Amino acid sequence: MKCSEFLQELTNYLDGVIDDRTKAELEDHLAWCHNCYVVCDTTKKTIEIYRDSQLYELPEDLRSRLRSAIVTKCHAKKKAGPERV
Amino acid sequence: MSTIQPKIGEPVSDELALVQAAKGGDVSAFEELVRRYDRNVFRIAQHITQNREDAEDVVQDAFLKAYGNLNQFQGQSKFYTWLVRIAVNEALMKLRRRRPERTVSLDEEVKTEEDSLPREVADWSPNPEQQYNQAELRDILTRTIQGLPASFRTVFVLRDVEGLSTEETAEALDLSIPAVKSRLLRARLQLRERLSRYFRRRDTSEGNSKHDSGDGIQ
Repeated sequence: MKCSEFLQELTNYLDGVIDDRTKAELEDHLAWCHNCYVVCDTTKKTIEIYRDSQLYELPEDLRSRLRSAIVTKCHAKKKAGPERV
Repeated sequence: MSTIQPKIGEPVSDELALVQAAKGGDVSAFEELVRRYDRNVFRIAQHITQNREDAEDVVQDAFLKAYGNLNQFQGQSKFYTWLVRIAVNEALMKLRRRRPERTVSLDEEVKTEEDSLPREVADWSPNPEQQYNQAELRDILTRTIQGLPASFRTVFVLRDVEGLSTEETAEALDLSIPAVKSRLLRARLQLRERLSRYFRRRDTSEGNSKHDSGDGIQ
């Protein structure tokens, strides 16, 4: 397996959606190709860091402000009757 | 090497009941749906628009649009996937308005495969995020993801940050499954490449850091 073929399968490999045979080939490649091992490992860390990062959390005060604005407008829409789309 | 486990969302068993009640005019049932998903919609919107005010508008507009069109929701997909689809469209509209000079489309095929080919293959420190304080890390992550094309950023956020499946992401973005996979791969690789600048293992021989870049991927 070439590095380019490994990269093509990287997303499927990290997501665990891959058949056993391809998985074995990928792991065989990883065992001897240090560069692909590093790329695979650091890609996995990239995903984990973003997933755990809590970027753009919605602050509670803004959250309740937005929610009450939405609810008020929903009540208004309800009074006005169904929307024609 | 173990695989990535997606975030598990809240149970959706009573969700259809809430949607049905909201369709029947029960605003408090709809409010419960808002409560469940407002944080997610806000995150997605801010990732796409990169602007806090726009993201606030998207939260309001997306939920109001969903409320006004509840009758269009047939229940074949999850309510959340349907809502994300509305929110992504609203966010892209905001982005287009703000940057009219650049057409923003999820269909854009950005450059060739070469843009994602790893060049930086230095290993990272064992706990790279701990090298920075929280504000610094937040800044690094924000700037790095903002550098991605909108079409890659959106797929990455839905799949890897929000934990939607490939199928749900395809449905929410109206893309084919291969298109989602190809964008996801390139988004992941580009983010990895850019983060390597900050997270690479620092050698004791600091001034000699070039040597472990190796020859890259063949």
